[in-house]
Amino acid sequence: MGRPTLAVWKFASCDGCQLSLLDCEDELLELAGQIEIVHFLEASAAAGDGPYDVSLVEGSITTDADRARIRHVRRVSRKLITIGACATAGGVQALRNFADVEEFASVVYARPEYVATLATSTPIAAHVPVDFELQGCPIDRRQLVEVLAAHLAGRRPDVPDHSVCFECKIRGNVCVMVAHGTPCLGPITHAGCGAICPSYGRGCYGCFGPSPTWGGDRPNTRGLLPWLDMTEGEARRVLSTFNVAAFREAGEREPREEAGDDASP
Amino acid sequence: MTHRHDRTLKVGALARVEGEGAMYVRVRDGRVEKVRLDIYEPPRFFEAFLRGRAHTEPPDITARICGICPIAYQMSACRAIEDACGVTVDGPLGDLRRLLYCGEWIESHALHVYLLHAPDFLGYPGAVEMARDQRPVVERGLRLKKAGNAVMELLGGRAIHPVNVRVGGFHRTPPRTELAPLAETLRRARDDALATVEWAAGFEFPDFEHAHEHLALVADRYPLEGGILRRGTGRSFTAAEFEENVVEEQVPHSTALHARFTDGGTYLAGPLARYSLNRERLSPLARQAADLAGLGPVCRNPFRAILVRSVEIVYAVDEALRIIDGYEPPPRPAVPVPPREGTGCGVTEAPRGVLYHRYAIGPDGLIAAARIVPPTSQNQAAIEHDLGRFVASRLHLDDHALTHQCEQAIRNYDPCISCSTHFLDLTVERS
Repeated sequence: MGRPTLAVWKFASCDGCQLSLLDCEDELLELAGQIEIVHFLEASAAAGDGPYDVSLVEGSITTDADRARIRHVRRVSRKLITIGACATAGGVQALRNFADVEEFASVVYARPEYVATLATSTPIAAHVPVDFELQGCPIDRRQLVEVLAAHLAGRRPDVPDHSVCFECKIRGNVCVMVAHGTPCLGPITHAGCGAICPSYGRGCYGCFGPSPTWGGDRPNTRGLLPWLDMTEGEARRVLSTFNVAAFREAGEREPREEAGDDASP
Repeated sequence: MTHRHDRTLKVGALARVEGEGAMYVRVRDGRVEKVRLDIYEPPRFFEAFLRGRAHTEPPDITARICGICPIAYQMSACRAIEDACGVTVDGPLGDLRRLLYCGEWIESHALHVYLLHAPDFLGYPGAVEMARDQRPVVERGLRLKKAGNAVMELLGGRAIHPVNVRVGGFHRTPPRTELAPLAETLRRARDDALATVEWAAGFEFPDFEHAHEHLALVADRYPLEGGILRRGTGRSFTAAEFEENVVEEQVPHSTALHARFTDGGTYLAGPLARYSLNRERLSPLARQAADLAGLGPVCRNPFRAILVRSVEIVYAVDEALRIIDGYEPPPRPAVPVPPREGTGCGVTEAPRGVLYHRYAIGPDGLIAAARIVPPTSQNQAAIEHDLGRFVASRLHLDDHALTHQCEQAIRNYDPCISCSTHFLDLTVERS
């Protein structure tokens, strides 16, 4: 049996999450020894044919062509893992979902009629079944290595599903909300970054998306307002950025069913 | 196979560039009829959804335009907003910004030199394949890249989309003791950077010169986080005059916007332009490295951009060490920047070249309009033009070889295609 094969795919995004793979400077060559990277256009011109054991997918679906392409990627992938806020929640470009996309196009382009785009930016799981979703804008590279290592070992990835608050406490930070009255989305944001923002003296801005423990029956945005000491406009804006669609979904209905995991052998 | 008069060369998906693009070349009657660098990266509409956001938000939001050069977007955004609000950030805070930018240059240039560009000269599809034969070389590149990331992680919180940058300065500034281990890392990186120049100087470079005017910032020091725009002809203009001097327009054969000077033709921004207009501002060690690499006072060969990038890594490491040596923590992490109605512009040198931002702030303190012109959209016309000349001089090659060389030629410019704030989608022409 050869090494498991890996493909990396990009849809509408900034390239930052797949760059996280190249940012594993200490692990990259070792990883490449254990997994055969056969399709990774950002890194190599050698693009081997599928099927692939694992596909990492970055980016959201914003065009008709990409809607078809993700179906192809699903067909040629045994396991499909989405990486980053664009792939798991539509990303910052999902702001169009709550606006007039034609008006958006007319602001940016002189000839908006040439712009072929959908009116929405949607996560990969809205189009095809996904085996594991790794959140973050960008994802955390240690978590990425963990997810790939877990796959190689045939075990469930050890990716916490608590909130940033837990990581902040583990780091021994003084709470920026309690001590300084700084608005912070730590209580409602998915862990994974290691509570970077509070460690740098600012409030969490939710780039890892909503924590799974925060949903429709938990304090909603409006309920959090006095606690966070944010004006309504500020709270709306901070929840309407890198995971806009996910925060709106989480605030509006029950947490969606987790899209399976990578544990099954 | 060769000497055919009608040929079409296509690369459906360019490898080892940031973002998604394709190439199309049409040769008819032995003459290059059409060359297109297609940007099919889907538009993401940053300029549209920045409207209505607080004046403090663009550094975090525009960082998401590009995962490889987020600092460039954060720095141009901060400068533009501070310009609109009548605030100047200098002294130790300005130095720290420059230090952070050095980290991005080291990381981004090392990525391009080792992982994206060098495999072309050495005949490998990518760095992972290269590592099978030349592991120590690839490890040196990864070490250099990691040193740049270490600067970004310490000052910015993380290497991709750093969180510590804010309008007016930083959320947190480090004490001197935190920078000391970084200096150790950077001293090792300096050796790696010098070895990189020597290594890359041994590559074979095709004889080719681009025919465009250069555009880069010039300042007291080698340009990074600010300065005045200077053209190859010596004419200068300020960030506020950018849109008077540069127009983006549609050309008949392509739906992509092409930038040119209002009084002239296409231009090239990026390492070649920066080096050619600022060579004397390099540190002595970086200048020495440039001499050893055989770079003259002006470099117009895009293939040699790998050498210029390597020299710029030496400079960025040197400059980072200089800043760390002289660092005195600022009295406060940021200067206050209350919003003010008005318009401001900011230009900095992204690793790929001049990056322009303009913001209009309304009476409510929110962004009323935003405009972002990334380096790749400025360089696109020049890249296409060079590609046309490049193909014309190599029509004797077979399709496979010619296509391969065209791909390499495109990678010289390190086009960063995800910065598609300002590209037109080309789907219409792909029918």
